[in-house]
Amino acid sequence: MSVAVRQNPQLLETNPPLVKGGKDFHDVTEDISSITEAKVFETPMKYWITLACTGSIVVLLGAMLAWLVANGIGVWGNNRPIGWAWDITNFVFWIGIGHAGTLISAILFLFRQKWRTSINRSAEAMTIFAVMCAGLFPLFHTGRPWRAAYWLFPIPNTDLNMWQNFRSPLIWDVFAVSTYFTISALFWFTGLVPDLATLRDRATGTVKKFVFGFLSLGWRGSARHWRNYEAGYMILAGLSTPLVLSVHSVVSFDFATSVIPGWHTTIFPPYFVAGAIFSGFACVMTLLIIARWTLNLHDYITIKHLENMNKIILVTGSIVGYAYCTEFFIAWYSGNPYERFTFLNRAFGPYWWAYWMMFSCNVFSPQFYWSKTLRRSVPFMFVISIIVNIGMWFERFVIIATSLSRDFLPSSWGYFRPTYVDISTFIGTIGLFLTLFLLFARFLPMIAISEVKGVLANEKHLFAPERQGAVTGHEEAPKHA
Amino acid sequence: MTSLVQIKFAPKTGPKYWRSLDQAANAPEFRQWVEREFPSTAADMLDGNSRRTILKLMAASFGMAGLVACSRPELRFAPQARLQEDYIPGSPYNYTTSVVINGQATGLVVKTYDGRPVKVEGNPDHPNSLGAATAMMQASVLDIYDPDRSKFVLNGKQDSTWEAFATAVRGLNLADGSGLRILSETVASPTLDGLRTQLLAKYPAARWVEYDPVSRENSRAGSILAFGQALYVHPQFDKAKVILSLDFDFLGLDSPSPLATKQFSKRRLVATEEDIDNISRLYVVESQFSLTGANAEHRLRSRGSEVKQFAQDLLAAVNAPPAAGSDRRSQFLAAVAKDLKAGGAEALVVVGPRQPAVVHALAHQINQLLGANGKTVTFTSAARVDRVDAGVEGLRTLAAAMNGSQVSTLIVLGGNPVYSAPVDLDFGAALAKVAASIHLGQAVNETAAASKWHLPEAHFMEAWGDTRTTSGVASIQQPMIDPLYGGKSTIEVVAELLDLPEKRGYQIVKNFWAAQLPAVGRENAWRKSLNDGVVPVSMMAVVTPVLNAASVSAAVAAAPVAASNGIEVAFVPSGSAWDGTFSNNAWMQETPDSMTKLVWGNAVLVSPAMARQQSLANGDMVSLSQGKYKVDAAVMIQPGQADGAVTLSLGYGRTRSGNVGDAVGFNANLIRTSENFFYAPGFAVAKTGATHIHATTQEHGTMQEPELLGIVGKIRPVFRETTIEEYKKEPAVIKEMVEVPVLESIHPAVVDYSTGYQWGMAIDLGSCTGCNACVVACQAENNTPVVGKDQVLRGREMHWLRIDRYYVGDEEDPRAVEQPIPCMQCENAPCEYVCPVAATTHSPEGLNDMAYNRCVGTRYCANNCPYKVRHFNFLNYHKNQPDILAMVQNPEVTVRMRGIMEKCTYCVQRIQNAKITAKADGRQSDGTPREIKDGDVVTACQQTCPADAIAFGNINDPTSRVSKLKKQERNYGLLEELQTKPRTTYLGRLRNVNPELEKS
Repeated sequence: MSVAVRQNPQLLETNPPLVKGGKDFHDVTEDISSITEAKVFETPMKYWITLACTGSIVVLLGAMLAWLVANGIGVWGNNRPIGWAWDITNFVFWIGIGHAGTLISAILFLFRQKWRTSINRSAEAMTIFAVMCAGLFPLFHTGRPWRAAYWLFPIPNTDLNMWQNFRSPLIWDVFAVSTYFTISALFWFTGLVPDLATLRDRATGTVKKFVFGFLSLGWRGSARHWRNYEAGYMILAGLSTPLVLSVHSVVSFDFATSVIPGWHTTIFPPYFVAGAIFSGFACVMTLLIIARWTLNLHDYITIKHLENMNKIILVTGSIVGYAYCTEFFIAWYSGNPYERFTFLNRAFGPYWWAYWMMFSCNVFSPQFYWSKTLRRSVPFMFVISIIVNIGMWFERFVIIATSLSRDFLPSSWGYFRPTYVDISTFIGTIGLFLTLFLLFARFLPMIAISEVKGVLANEKHLFAPERQGAVTGHEEAPKHA
Repeated sequence: MTSLVQIKFAPKTGPKYWRSLDQAANAPEFRQWVEREFPSTAADMLDGNSRRTILKLMAASFGMAGLVACSRPELRFAPQARLQEDYIPGSPYNYTTSVVINGQATGLVVKTYDGRPVKVEGNPDHPNSLGAATAMMQASVLDIYDPDRSKFVLNGKQDSTWEAFATAVRGLNLADGSGLRILSETVASPTLDGLRTQLLAKYPAARWVEYDPVSRENSRAGSILAFGQALYVHPQFDKAKVILSLDFDFLGLDSPSPLATKQFSKRRLVATEEDIDNISRLYVVESQFSLTGANAEHRLRSRGSEVKQFAQDLLAAVNAPPAAGSDRRSQFLAAVAKDLKAGGAEALVVVGPRQPAVVHALAHQINQLLGANGKTVTFTSAARVDRVDAGVEGLRTLAAAMNGSQVSTLIVLGGNPVYSAPVDLDFGAALAKVAASIHLGQAVNETAAASKWHLPEAHFMEAWGDTRTTSGVASIQQPMIDPLYGGKSTIEVVAELLDLPEKRGYQIVKNFWAAQLPAVGRENAWRKSLNDGVVPVSMMAVVTPVLNAASVSAAVAAAPVAASNGIEVAFVPSGSAWDGTFSNNAWMQETPDSMTKLVWGNAVLVSPAMARQQSLANGDMVSLSQGKYKVDAAVMIQPGQADGAVTLSLGYGRTRSGNVGDAVGFNANLIRTSENFFYAPGFAVAKTGATHIHATTQEHGTMQEPELLGIVGKIRPVFRETTIEEYKKEPAVIKEMVEVPVLESIHPAVVDYSTGYQWGMAIDLGSCTGCNACVVACQAENNTPVVGKDQVLRGREMHWLRIDRYYVGDEEDPRAVEQPIPCMQCENAPCEYVCPVAATTHSPEGLNDMAYNRCVGTRYCANNCPYKVRHFNFLNYHKNQPDILAMVQNPEVTVRMRGIMEKCTYCVQRIQNAKITAKADGRQSDGTPREIKDGDVVTACQQTCPADAIAFGNINDPTSRVSKLKKQERNYGLLEELQTKPRTTYLGRLRNVNPELEKS
């Protein structure tokens, strides 16, 4: 009976295999481990060139931050009334990008979405790196990061005899982001343990053996290990799931709890979460397409993965568009004249270009995904994923800068212009993000070997006819046909 | 250390006692420990004698440092090093003194800390101050510490000495003085006046010329025309019910003393309901939109040269009511004439210094007709001094003599004629023809560079002198600090010229006054004069002159018809740089112009219509040219500017001002001629194609939201005003201007503000003129840094108290209103709850306090402040300035580093001082300190305010001025619909409009 279903070509089309190319377990281990085990000259030159480029951007970031710390926030374009500009825009942007990782790892795991296995590792890594980039901004946006420890964390102190102000959303932010970072890092590392053990077993050098041995925490692959691992992974997934919703909700409180029209909005938490998932998926998309192409991972990251992600981009993009319209409606419906002016000003004031940039990138561009052809076109989705990220950066800029630029008293209205330090710092964090990702892709298994194998076992069961000469218990199945 | 103590003191066998710590410290373990921890100073620390030596040396070097930096003048006062019995180091001492700006004397009280003048206040006993001080007076203290001040006597370009100068002066062969000319600014010092008489007696053929770039010659000439004698005119604005100002910016640029504002505001303050009927009505006819125009009920735009015709027509209209015309000018004229006539002896016509003598004479005639002379305007005689050599005429004669090589010795006492003289005189070239040119000045300026000798001049707070007001009240100019750079005063230099036996300024001044004061109790009277700041000897009598109408008519008939071709350029002093005197004063450069809100520069002000016609935009460079005179300057569109007339303020475009003032703005003197000294007709305006960036502190000029998507913007009820008529009909009209209902909190009030001191402020928008005195006073009191043009362009100016200017009405001919914005000290402060480190919290007395050392600089508080009164130190503004400027800083206020948020504190240091004083006054019977009375705490802005517009005090005290004002119906809180509960509230302005000119 099952054989007939399996051979149904229509089913194959609607539900294609998640791993292509007829890989077996050994192939998977070889394919993925070989990237990390390659000698320096074996890794393609284009990798090292790219790393050199992104690495030099990290140097630029270091220089810009040093310049900032030496001189103060004045080297940025922030002013009065626009006290937050690119700094907090970048912070929210990176935090948003960090959302897809947890979503893919945790929520899709809990919903048993098998297709996540080949992308979850890199998405999680991306989360961690994005949160690291995000964290730089609150740390440095005061211009005096040496004071950060004491304002960020409630360290008992005798010189001030005071705690932080727990009424301040910035403090909630610190807890939300640091919790998120901790859980994400743990989740990522837990998932890595079986793969690290694989690398340890294959390692040749003493250093590698020691490092992987240390990191794999004595993993032996026993059933007991697997049982504990699965339980732990499940608990972490359960812990992370509410965080996907809470982190960006709390980030949105930075604005929603204020009195500034354009910030003081109850719609912010769901709106921010949807936007974060939207931008996170777009960023995962960008990176995966590059990785898929440069590291030849077409068999693991299939068009089905990409299409599924595009569907999520379409949904979240539409939610974001709906939120934009709701904001406008409420601005009119509330009868609050300040609110009304703020939204008119967003769309038609001096920052109209930023607003329409945001609107067209975020609302219009994902609508192409209603077409299946476009949804499955890799070059097209690459372009859209970048456009979405540009749009989401502008969304944060529009919310932060335009609301501040024209608030209550017309006398204090102003306009923000970035300096080269603003721009270079942002580019620098992109460099840092890419550098960390490139190092990760080269030195750690960027696809979860053990999880892919889990999917593969199932796939073999379903799609055995595709493969000739595979050594599995189901090998004879086609012969019956 | 713990282990050491154990080593030393742990009993080994039974209890061990030590006699002293010395004994303990001699233990070998302790010595070893010390040597290990502090290798280099170990020996010194352990050797008592050596330690004492170090301490002695340190004490001596501290003492000597103080001696060098802050020595008090010798002679009368003992230097700091010799401590006086009752002197408390670190506590402030106040001294009276007096300053002359543009020939006008104003008495001041200067607060000093350990011999450093730090803060200027008005002297309440001085008739020109009455306790107030202007922005320029507030900023004058910064000039003492200007690092660009001249520090050496210069001979040629070489450093020289005062002794060498004295020798050189003896060497001059002056004979009868036929080759000697002296050029000074207007002399307002009785002692110097006496020395001048002596000098002219010694050298009878010498001439002494007085020249001020902003001269008041026209007023004097007008009084000669009208009354046949030179008079000082004293308008009594507090006595006038109807005032017409003909191009007289008496609330702003044309009144260097606070007196006019002080008088005018008396008729604008509404302390009780009865005062409403006393509110005066002000009409203004003027070319550029001045502060006086902004405070006027009705204003007529008119080119400066057309004011004469207006005065003529008014005279006719007062005599016989004219037929009502249809255009704005004739309606205005008819209404003013009718109103003035109705006002009678309570009416007043005043004329500005830029108008020619004949307009002044016409005003005297109109005042005479109204019966106002002697009532709302009084006169004192100005004829004491031969003034043939005064003003621009005097300078012209002098330049001719210099060019004709009749001048062998020219002594320039203060001023900067090479920069400020009219361009046609080419004073620099004329100066080169003088064999011995001597310049006395505070900076090596343009004139110093062109002179043979340059002498550093002492600042008025560094040298003894005296001043006399035009009403005849004299004051002693008392120094607080020895000249920082060895300068000498004008008096001392003239004494040197005369080779008087007494060359010390103090003795010269004291000897002069000894002759004036009655012999009985002379020393006491002298000391009392120093204490009070006013000498009890009147120098001038009030005169009642007789008007000669025929002379006025003849002058009117003879006056040339104003040229109407081309564009008319008006030259006005700058509210910041004045005539260039304050161009190196950073506080002034960063004080926004009252109307344009321009800082660090000036601009060619053009009307919107003219800008449209010639397609000019803000910042376009134009060349203003007439004949051979030409200047390139940037345009700024000024609503309310008369069409066909542009204004370019003086005092900018300096080349040798110093690090602050060099190359700031455009030099109006390049097109200013002695012929057309104030209004120059016939100019051509041509775009050069280049652009310039103006730095302003306010970008959006009206309370109306801009039109977006065709939706007409709403007018936000920020500055609230109404007419007296409406207010009487419905007193709640001011309160009801809010569009949205006030949000009510669902939470019960957490803090009880009904007991103890609860500080609050009320600002009367009716009397506030927008003069900027409070802005600079706040800067001086609170060590607010100057940030520079580039930072202002980035919106980072630091003034804790700013003045917002909004235009009301149409763009061509709007009204303007001025609103000071300090911190509102909200009871529900939006800044407080968002701060992650609780660096800004509420005090039990209702103050929104800043803990600077706790602030980490997230800037969330500033973002969340609806009033945007919080200022962030984006860069290390204080550290990036010359060290000497640390001397001007108020030691009672912390200096903030970069990364720290700051804002108005209601001068919390003054509140604390008042509490300390109350405590020091002893305890009451119940053991508590006495109550702080209303007026014990005066904020810096309130103290200097010439309009008495700011009231501050305990709002829990029902008798305090502030709580009485807050009870008025016109009291409102800015944005109180946000439920911020601001402690600073505003009193809506009541306008006494003429119903014929404005339907209410």
